[in-house]
Amino acid sequence: MSDASELQVLDTTNPPSQPAQQTGEFHPGLQLTTDHDLCPGCGEPIALRILLECIEELGLAERTIGVIGIGCYTALTSMIDVDLIQALHGRAPSVATGAKRMQPNNLLFTLQGDGDMVNEGLQEVLHTAARGERVTCILLNNGVFGETGGHMTSTTVLGQRTKNTIEGRDADYHGHPILITDLIAQLGGTGFAARGSVHDAASIGRTRRLVMRAFENQMRGDGFSFVEILTMCPTGWFIPTAEGPDYLNEVMAPIHRLGELKAGGVMVGTGANETLSSGAESKS
Amino acid sequence: MSVMSRGTVRIATERCKGCELCIPACKPNVLRMSTARNGQGLAYPELLPGCTGCNACLLVCPDFCFEVYQFDEPVLHDVRTDVAVKETSR
Amino acid sequence: MSRRLMEGSEAIAHAAIAANCRFFAGYPMTPFTELLENFAKHLPAQDGVCINAESEIEAIGMAWGAAATGARAATGSTGQGLALMQESLSEISRASVPLVIFNMARGQGDYYQATRGGGHGDYRLMVLAPVDAEEAVHLTQLAFHLADQWRHPVLVYGDYLLAHTSQAVEIAPENFAALPDKDWAVDGSLGGTGRSRNVNSIGMRKGEKGIDPEAFWGALQEKTERIAMTEMRFEAEGCEDAEIVIVAFGTLARFARYVVRELRAEGVRVGLFRPITLWPFPSEALAKATAGARRVAVLEQNAGQMIDDVRLSILGRVPVVSMGGISTDAAGFGIGPLLDVNVIRARVEGVLKEAAA
Repeated sequence: MSDASELQVLDTTNPPSQPAQQTGEFHPGLQLTTDHDLCPGCGEPIALRILLECIEELGLAERTIGVIGIGCYTALTSMIDVDLIQALHGRAPSVATGAKRMQPNNLLFTLQGDGDMVNEGLQEVLHTAARGERVTCILLNNGVFGETGGHMTSTTVLGQRTKNTIEGRDADYHGHPILITDLIAQLGGTGFAARGSVHDAASIGRTRRLVMRAFENQMRGDGFSFVEILTMCPTGWFIPTAEGPDYLNEVMAPIHRLGELKAGGVMVGTGANETLSSGAESKS
Repeated sequence: MSVMSRGTVRIATERCKGCELCIPACKPNVLRMSTARNGQGLAYPELLPGCTGCNACLLVCPDFCFEVYQFDEPVLHDVRTDVAVKETSR
Repeated sequence: MSRRLMEGSEAIAHAAIAANCRFFAGYPMTPFTELLENFAKHLPAQDGVCINAESEIEAIGMAWGAAATGARAATGSTGQGLALMQESLSEISRASVPLVIFNMARGQGDYYQATRGGGHGDYRLMVLAPVDAEEAVHLTQLAFHLADQWRHPVLVYGDYLLAHTSQAVEIAPENFAALPDKDWAVDGSLGGTGRSRNVNSIGMRKGEKGIDPEAFWGALQEKTERIAMTEMRFEAEGCEDAEIVIVAFGTLARFARYVVRELRAEGVRVGLFRPITLWPFPSEALAKATAGARRVAVLEQNAGQMIDDVRLSILGRVPVVSMGGISTDAAGFGIGPLLDVNVIRARVEGVLKEAAA
C-alpha cells in the first residue's frame, strides 16, 4: 500500500471556505437529535431519514401521527418531531386505525419491524389492509428480531443464519418465510404496496420515492398503503458491518423482491384489473 | 497533477461508529477511514480531493455524520503524482 | 330522549353517546354482542365511528388509538375477550390514556380479572358495577367523565341480565365538573415544533435518549393512590342495626336488595352493602357498615372473589361467610339458579340461623 499520509486529507470540520451551496444537511428538520445507540451499520436510521424527509417534503408535519411498534427502532422515537403513539408489539395497525378514524385529515403511518409486524402482528396488518384503512404501514425488515438478539422471524429467508437458525433457516425444520408485501398487495383494500431497501444510495433514493407515493396514496384516500424497507442488521446476521449492504442485496433482496407490487389499486405488471373495493378513485 | 472537487463535506467524526458504509458508497472513491481514532475509539472517514457533492455518503450513513456542499466553482487541488489517488480503507 | 322501555345494551349505548363517546370497536361475543350492535346502529348517526373489529385485541387497539387523539372512546367484550385485552389494558393504563371498557360478563367470575387485572405490571382499573339499566345509564356517563378526569381506563362490569333485560330508562345527559383541555392528546398539531408528543407507557420523552421507568411508574402509583382515596362509591341499606350484612354487587345485588327489603318488612334485621366501585373497593365504608353485625355474608356468583376484598376490609372483626357460589345456566352465560329471591332468602335465613346458634 502506498504512503497514504502523502495524500491531501481535506478539512471536514468547518464549512467550506470557498463559495458553496449546502446540498445535504446532517439530519432532516423533523429530527430532533442524532445521538442513538443502534449498531454501527444499522439500516433503520437510514429508513428513518427517508420517512422524515418525505413528511417534510409533503408539508404534513403538523398533520401527521405516527404509531410505533416495538423493536430497535423504538429507541429512535425520541428523535422524531411528529406526534406519536407507542403501540404494543404487533399492534400498531389497529391503533393507527382508531387514530385515523378520529383524525381523518391527518397522515397516519406505522413504523414496525418484521418481528413486530409479520410475527406478532400478522393479523393486524392484513386486516387493516383488507379493510382499506387509509393509513400507511411501514415495515423495517431485517429478517431478525434485532432488539432481543437476532432470532429468526417470519421473514427470515431460507439459508439465512440467525441466532436460532445458526446453520441457516431450514424449510423442513423452520418452515418458509412470509413475503408480506406480496400478501398485502393481493388484498382488495390495498391501494399501494411496494418494497424498497437501504443498501446503497441508489436504492435509498428509490425507496424514498416509494414512501412518497405511499403517503400520496393515503392523502388521496385510495385505501391502504404499504412500504416494506429491507434494512441491514450486521449484528443479527453475524457479519462484519461493512458487509451488511451486500448481504442484504444478495440474501434478502432476491426473496423479498424490490419494486412496486401494486399502485393505484392495481397489481403491477400482471394486467389483472384488481380495483379498489372501496370504489375510491385510483390515480397512479 | 490536479484533482478537481465539485463538492465537499463536513463530517461529525465524534458521532461516527466506524461502520464504513460510506466508503464503498462514495463513487468518486474519495473517502477513506482514518488511522486516527475518535473519542469512541473508532476510525472515521477522511475526505480526499475529488468529491462531487453527490450526497451518497450522507444517504447511507446510519449516524447522520455528513453534511454536503457543492462548490459554486470547482476547486482544484494539487496532488503528488507519485502517489496513487485511489485509496480504500482495507 | 323520553323515558322508555329498552334493553340494557341499548341503554348503555345511548348513555355513552350522551356522554359524547365518538368511537367504539368490538367483536361479537355473548352477551356483549348487542352492545356492539347498538353502537353500530346509533353511533354513526351521531357523527361517531363504530368498527366491527376482526378480533378483541384489535378492538381495544382501535379504541386506544382513537382515545390517544383525545376522542372519547370505548370498547368491550365478555370475560374471555377481556382476557385477550389484558396486555393492552395494562399499557393503556400506564400510558394514561382515558378509555371506557364494558365487560358484559357471564356472571361474576370476572371480578378478579376486573379488579386485580390480568395484565403485566402495576396498574389498577377503575371498575363500576351497575345494579340495573337505570344505574348503568348513570355509571356509563360517569365512566367517561372519570376516565378523562384521571386519564385512566374505567371498566363497567355488566352481565347477561343487564344486557338483555328491558327496563324503563331515560337517557338524560348528565353534567359533570368541567375538565381541562386534553393538551396531551396527539392530533398531529405539534409536529415540527420541537414539542411534539409521544403517548407511551414507559416515559419516553422527545429529545431525551434514556428513560426512567421507576420515576414514571412511581408517579403513576401516586395517581393510583389518589384515585383509591377519592373515588369509592357504594350503596348501603339497613346496615346500621343489621345482624347480618349482605355484600353483593351488580345484578345479583338487585335480587339481594329485594330480599333485604322483604325481610326488613317482616322485622328481620338484615342489611345490604353494595359496592358500586369494585375498584377502588369501599373498604372503609364497609368496615363501618358492618361494625355492629354478627355476620357479613358475601353473596357473589362465583367461587369466591370479592370475598377477599370483604375480608381485607373487615380484618377479622366480624366473621365473614360465603353465601354465594358458582351458579350458571346450561350455556355457561351466568343465568343461574342463584338469581332468584327465594333461593337467596333461603340462604340468608340459613346464615341467620347459624349466627343465632
